[in-house]
Amino acid sequence: MIDAKPKRASSGIANGGFDLGRLLLEGRAFFALIAIIIVFSLLSPNYFTTSNVLVMSSHVALFAILAIGMLLVILNGGIDLSVGSTLGLTGVVAGALMQGVTLPALGVTLYPNVWVVAVLVCALGALVGAVNGVLVARFKVPAFVATLGVMYMVRGIALLMTNGLTYNNLGGDPALGNTGFDWLGFNHILGIPIGVIVMAGLGVIGVLVLRRSAFGRWLYASGGNERAAELSGVPVKAVKVSVYVLSGLCAAIAGLILSSQLTSAGPTAGTTYELTAIAAVVIGGAALTGGRGTIRGTLLGAFVIGFLSDGLVIIGISSYWQTVFTGAVIVLAVLLNAVQYRRRAKPATGSTGGPSPLPKRGEAVGADALREK
Amino acid sequence: MNAASVFEPAIGDVVLAARDVVKTYGSTRALKGVAFNVHRGKVTALFGENGAGKSTLMKILSGVESPTSGTIELDGQVVRLRSSTDARDRGISIIHQELSLAPNLSVSDNIFMGRELRTPTGVNFAEQERQTRALMADLEEQIEPGTLVEDLRLGQQQIVEIARALSVNSRILIMDEPTSALSATEVEVLFKVIRDLTARGVSIVYISHHLEEALIVTDYAVVLRDGAITATADAKDIDLNWIVRNMVGENFDLGSPPTGYAFGEVALSVRDVSVSDPANPSTLLVDHLSLDVRRGEIVCIYGLMGAGRTELLESLAGRIPLESGQVLLEGNDVSRQSIAERIANGLALVPEDRQRDGLVQTLSVGRNLSLSSIPAFSKFGWLSDARERSLVDRLIRDVHVKTAGDDAPIGSLSGGNQQKVVIGKMLMTNPKVILLDEPSRGIDVGAKAEVFKLLAEGARSGLAVVYSTSEVGECLSIAHRIVVMRRGRIAAEFGSDATKEMIMAASGEAVLS
Repeated sequence: MIDAKPKRASSGIANGGFDLGRLLLEGRAFFALIAIIIVFSLLSPNYFTTSNVLVMSSHVALFAILAIGMLLVILNGGIDLSVGSTLGLTGVVAGALMQGVTLPALGVTLYPNVWVVAVLVCALGALVGAVNGVLVARFKVPAFVATLGVMYMVRGIALLMTNGLTYNNLGGDPALGNTGFDWLGFNHILGIPIGVIVMAGLGVIGVLVLRRSAFGRWLYASGGNERAAELSGVPVKAVKVSVYVLSGLCAAIAGLILSSQLTSAGPTAGTTYELTAIAAVVIGGAALTGGRGTIRGTLLGAFVIGFLSDGLVIIGISSYWQTVFTGAVIVLAVLLNAVQYRRRAKPATGSTGGPSPLPKRGEAVGADALREK
Repeated sequence: MNAASVFEPAIGDVVLAARDVVKTYGSTRALKGVAFNVHRGKVTALFGENGAGKSTLMKILSGVESPTSGTIELDGQVVRLRSSTDARDRGISIIHQELSLAPNLSVSDNIFMGRELRTPTGVNFAEQERQTRALMADLEEQIEPGTLVEDLRLGQQQIVEIARALSVNSRILIMDEPTSALSATEVEVLFKVIRDLTARGVSIVYISHHLEEALIVTDYAVVLRDGAITATADAKDIDLNWIVRNMVGENFDLGSPPTGYAFGEVALSVRDVSVSDPANPSTLLVDHLSLDVRRGEIVCIYGLMGAGRTELLESLAGRIPLESGQVLLEGNDVSRQSIAERIANGLALVPEDRQRDGLVQTLSVGRNLSLSSIPAFSKFGWLSDARERSLVDRLIRDVHVKTAGDDAPIGSLSGGNQQKVVIGKMLMTNPKVILLDEPSRGIDVGAKAEVFKLLAEGARSGLAVVYSTSEVGECLSIAHRIVVMRRGRIAAEFGSDATKEMIMAASGEAVLS
């Protein structure tokens, strides 16, 4: 029971009767996804099969997890360009830990348990996020520049650690008791890849936090008008640091999943993934100026990008064209965002505050999207 | 009403005129059918309180904004001013109240911004510099054309702004508060320049809060109140009393101080508080100020722009740091606490700029109202929707917010109702002391009366209320005590029996005989 009542302001869906144009505009990511599925199903019989949907969803999961973290940052009015690099670094660190940590002073090599590795790697991701957050909130460095710098530094550290090489064979050794790293990437529960389950879990947590927690309210308020939020007693700095920490954490989780799927960890993994994550958030209807956006939209945005590019691969279109198509979708999404927010800027005309039918439909969409895997 | 001195000059000497101009912003009517004439080769002064619509009217005459309805006539012809550039090309320029200079550019770059003197190979900087030097000589100022504007003090920046308007050789020059940062000698020079200009046939519209000053330089006086012209006269026939009378008008009843109860303990004690100017740390915007407010008492802080009212209130709320001094809330020092802690302890601020500091435009009415009271309806960081809704619904009733529902977008409310939301947000935190910075700014008279009634009710139930205003009529409403601020200090204190003249004299606005 995530949401008994139709959502209020955060869902961003104004009241009103049935209006096709508005319905299409508000639900554009959903309709885009439906259109993509229909078109590619017609073009290829293999597209909309259970197995292919599961494969595509596990591709989507990676970007969706990054995008959930990115959404939090964008809701705050910031941007996090470092998540791709963080994904790469955390993968490399996970790889290094799996290969064993030699302590020269004691002359021993430690092989940490997989769970220990996962926790350490998540802490590393959060630490990178904390650096971003402190730079932005405490030292007032513009988010774009701070996270750009951190993006380069983190990537550089990942390259230095491995000298540019890739850690292969992260399977572990039963003798050392550190097996199971491939669990995240290869296992299924009830036929659903673990990565997709992690994405769904993070999505549910994200929805709860944004809608039901004080932190979520603070985030929407400080993203919408930081000065007003501060004067209202919202701890705007703590909120700002937190969103970058959470974004770094999401990047670490994605890093674990990716290196687990590949059973290898390369220092260049995740390059430009931050841009895909931003694109998913934007396609999902969030405003880059902050204060507007939902987890549901962001997940839909990630599915639109993932299902589109995988579909283009399946029907054999060159990867150059894929890039063009993805770009066009992003531009279209931003255009529609501009249309939607310009509409909303005008005062609502005599609408009554009755519950709107749209949010419920939207909820169902979110659930469907999650159920599809 | 004082319509005795209706004054209609011959049509022939009107160069620029507004006819039936209406301007609405959302649901606020800033101008309600204004007819305004600018006379050829004369100075027309426009008087009015804050929010009367002076700046709006000037923006319309200078093409910055277009009227919702009504027309502009230039030389008897109806014109549509598409932009400020369009107006400038027709010979109308404006010196804005807020400086519109680029601080990172030099004086001459600013003066020729957007109309650089071009040569086939680029900009003729030497000629621009020469002309700038000539302008500065006219204004008797020692400002090098190559100086960056950010290195000039405020008064000199205002001179640059004036020079820029002069440099385009306008026929009509609108001056919106041109002297607010000028020294007395600079003002004299400006007046000399104004007389030179009028002698050459330039028409001038002059707006100022310094009534005496304006009366010296002007030929005609026009008074605007609540978006309508209330009086027009030849400057020869009027005095300061006439202006003040027409500006404030018949008092709309904004209530009277609540009586019939005794004040309680001292709720807020301000001790020797100073706040320094962030741009210039050696100047104090609030200068060792002390003030006690008791429970149930309503204190009004009156002062001109720059008197330090906003800085005082923001420093009390924790928004800007204190240079020295203490703030005691019911005897406890709160000067080191964060804004959130002060709110939790019962000290709340309703900020001056509703749009910038008061509301989160992306949130609904209900969520704006509950923003400061999240702890009251959350447990371990999780919100209770039902409790929030009941708190919000009660508050919407209590403060009479006219809204389609608590889910309605905040932008759908009128200015007055938005202000009630900002005040209601703070009342929901159950404060002991509420500070309101210009609570009546930009809302209509009816909403003003409602806001004041709300504050009076609060005081009756033991709330200590401190509000600031720059409209003298609002001091003489619900306040038990009126504190006049001038240059960061308390210049005078009055009881509720003070007169407008006493208050204005203490603030330095006008010395009336």
